Amino acid sequence: MANLSFKDFKSDQEVRWCPGCGDHAVLAALQRALPKVSQALGYEKERYVVVSGIGCSSRLPYYMDTYGFHSIHGRATAISTGIKVANPWLTVWQACGDGDALAIGGNHFIHAIRRNIDINIMLFNNQIYGLTKGQYSPTSKFGAITKTSPYGTVEHPFNPGSLVLGAKGTFFARSLDVELALNEEIMTAAALHDGCSVMEFLTNCVIFNDGAHRNLSDPAVRADHTIVLRHGEKMIFGKEKEKGLVYDGRKLRVVRIGEGGFTLEDILVHDAHTDNIGLHMALADMKGPDYPVALGVIRDVKDITYDDGVRDQVKEVMAKSRIHCVDDLLHSGSTWEVK
Amino acid sequence: MSAIYGNGLSTFPDYPAEIRAPHGTISGVSGFQVHIGNDKVTTPGDFCDLLVAMNPAALKANAKWCKRHAMVLVDQDSFDDALLRKAGFQTDNPFAELGIEDRTLIVSPITTMTLESLKDFDMDQKAKLKCKNMFTLGMACFIYSRPLEYIYTYLEKKFAKKHPEVIEPNRKVLNDGFNYAANIQAIPNTYVIEPARNARKGTYRNISGNQAVAWGLIAASEKAGLPLFCGSYPITPATGILEELAIHKSLGVKTLQAEDEIAGICTAIGAAFAGNLAVTTTSGPGLSLKSEALGLAMMTELPLVVVDVQRAGPSTGIPTKTEQSDLYQALYGRSGECPIPIVAAHSPAHCFDAAFQAAKIALEHMTPVILLSEGFIGNGSEPWLIPSMKDYPEIKPPYVQGVLKEGQKYYPFQRDPETMVRRWAIPGQKGFEHRVGGLEKNHEGAISSDPANHALMIAERQAKVEKIAASISELEVLGEPEGKLLVVGWGGTYGHIDSAVRELREAGEKVSYAHFDYIYPLPANTAQVFSRFEKILVCELNIAQFASWLEGRIPEANIIKFNKVQGQPFLVGELVEAIKKEL
Repeated sequence: MANLSFKDFKSDQEVRWCPGCGDHAVLAALQRALPKVSQALGYEKERYVVVSGIGCSSRLPYYMDTYGFHSIHGRATAISTGIKVANPWLTVWQACGDGDALAIGGNHFIHAIRRNIDINIMLFNNQIYGLTKGQYSPTSKFGAITKTSPYGTVEHPFNPGSLVLGAKGTFFARSLDVELALNEEIMTAAALHDGCSVMEFLTNCVIFNDGAHRNLSDPAVRADHTIVLRHGEKMIFGKEKEKGLVYDGRKLRVVRIGEGGFTLEDILVHDAHTDNIGLHMALADMKGPDYPVALGVIRDVKDITYDDGVRDQVKEVMAKSRIHCVDDLLHSGSTWEVK
Repeated sequence: MSAIYGNGLSTFPDYPAEIRAPHGTISGVSGFQVHIGNDKVTTPGDFCDLLVAMNPAALKANAKWCKRHAMVLVDQDSFDDALLRKAGFQTDNPFAELGIEDRTLIVSPITTMTLESLKDFDMDQKAKLKCKNMFTLGMACFIYSRPLEYIYTYLEKKFAKKHPEVIEPNRKVLNDGFNYAANIQAIPNTYVIEPARNARKGTYRNISGNQAVAWGLIAASEKAGLPLFCGSYPITPATGILEELAIHKSLGVKTLQAEDEIAGICTAIGAAFAGNLAVTTTSGPGLSLKSEALGLAMMTELPLVVVDVQRAGPSTGIPTKTEQSDLYQALYGRSGECPIPIVAAHSPAHCFDAAFQAAKIALEHMTPVILLSEGFIGNGSEPWLIPSMKDYPEIKPPYVQGVLKEGQKYYPFQRDPETMVRRWAIPGQKGFEHRVGGLEKNHEGAISSDPANHALMIAERQAKVEKIAASISELEVLGEPEGKLLVVGWGGTYGHIDSAVRELREAGEKVSYAHFDYIYPLPANTAQVFSRFEKILVCELNIAQFASWLEGRIPEANIIKFNKVQGQPFLVGELVEAIKKEL
């Protein structure tokens, strides 16, 4: 197998996102992650298909030198599903935005998760409609002032993590655009996961929603306002790694290690592989000011995938049936002769 | 039974949209029409020789279809006060109220006789009552001198596995019905309908239009050597195709019941990109939902078959009734300049060839194709001389050839100068990585908003579709190739128009007939055929959609119209009258 590098995944097209847009960093992470995925799984480049819907982030397939499909608004998930069912050998990556995947394409999004089709969905969440120039999205904060909500929105946002886990998703991870290394790590984990992997990237739109995630991404506060979860590791965060999460029997609590009777022993160890979706839901729901926002792979569990199910059923019926070609089919059931 | 006996045959179910419509009411009446003959039968018939009404509402709803000398068979037990009132009869003589008291009335206590016939069987009342249809069928078999053996065989085949206990009671009731009819002396005439005289030799089967669409697509998948993928959402009256395809996994068919109509077509587009023969099936309202994605399929120039089994619209309309009113939608229902070929099926069995052709065009010309069927032919059935797959052509998609040399590139929208068709590279092929999408591109596949490029690409996509005319069969004319009047039809009206024209020709009238299976592009000789007639009478089940398409394409033709939009097929009689007026 050819040794692939990030250059092999860069197309000859000029990248046209605004300078400072968070999408640049996610694209770079993907171009760095895929060679590693190829190494780990033995995938050739022609095996990758990158699919998108409509929106700024959906331009991504043009920048990847792989097979690519830039589809229509909201429908990337359905296109990806068709590709994967038609040829399960292909590895499908999908770029979509918060408006794209959660508003116009919300139905396809939850059903892909419910079916557990083996695709990798990168959800670029900048909490705004960028390409149409600044209208609120289904993840915009309550009260957000945008061009279509000059007096503030009066609707609650989706938390994509809750949506994924509510649909019994088998893989959910979250990260920030600026977390390059973590993003590569998450993408690699998503590739290794059999089933529908949803990666939420909190991205910055410099033009229409600048600083929406500053409260998390600013280096001055990032360590205190976020926690990076890794399977098998203690749930510790803070500039001095002085804080951790415990479970007090009813809910998660943030404690200072060594204070209030809590020692390192009491701090929870992250189990991404447990079936207990309640705890994963609690982790995905955490938000400030009382909790850090969880980053990293929150849930990664095994379950039967839709594409395997379809393929296996075809094989099974093929082995049993007496109809092996169309001529057999045409003569099956009741027929009669005219002499 | 009549099919196996060798009669010509055509059937048509007519039922309300509700699954359990209120019993005994006019709106809740379901019907099944059977037309048999000793020659080829092309329609389910206009008026009936035998009307079977199991309750007063059924009699009221269908009395108008009785011929002058028809027999009317009713279940006396259901003609009680309550059901007579429920059906809106004022007196105790429904026949007089309907003006059919001079027909041959056979008023039999079918329910009572059925229960009596089954008194020794250990079954509950409900199961026994279900057998009364068999009693009635037994009576009908006597009237039409049908041997009962075929029904015995059918009962055994149908119930041997799941409900062997119902075989014997049904058999007994069937026999008793037959014997009862023979004994009562209320039936003045019995009839013998010989097997069809001119039937071609070979093996036959019965097939419905929806089943034939499914099988035609599977046949195309075999001839193309590509797996069949169908992404669909259930919708009346098209669901039967998805259900049929779901059975045939043994032939590599994958079906995905999508979360909505849009996902149906989008999963199919994804499957097409990944190299399957991709299909989505729907009816009018579903086609509306698929419009945007259909534009994407056209723009990305991917092969896709979209089947629209039309029903009475607009909106939800009358879902279980037939119509041809989606033609404008199929022709024009998209944003931008978006030409998509259209094929129309003309009978239940022809759905097989129409689906095969639609798939062949899609795969060989790299384009979505709309196949128009109709509720009438989708649910209707007819005997079919089973073809052999060796008589069908190969399907050869324009795959990219060979391996790319170092420095050589694949440009997805470079075209064959003859056919204007692009070459198909399928994900997984080394070196052919490329991007497709809804944005306008240049030949190399790069996004382009260059004005001249946009105009060029629009012209090329249009030309590609127009050039399909060179590979489809020419329009054929029944009757003289020139004259005063050419009757024209398309789609599922074939049987009725054909019968009407033949009837007139047998009566010595000079009238010709041409039927269109290809709507867009039209057969290459269309203008030439039209030029030889003074008038072109276009008959269709809408308010002149095909006629106006023809007027736009062949402005010099003198086109006149005969239309019906009642959710029902034509009657041969009304066609004969309409054609006569123009002679």
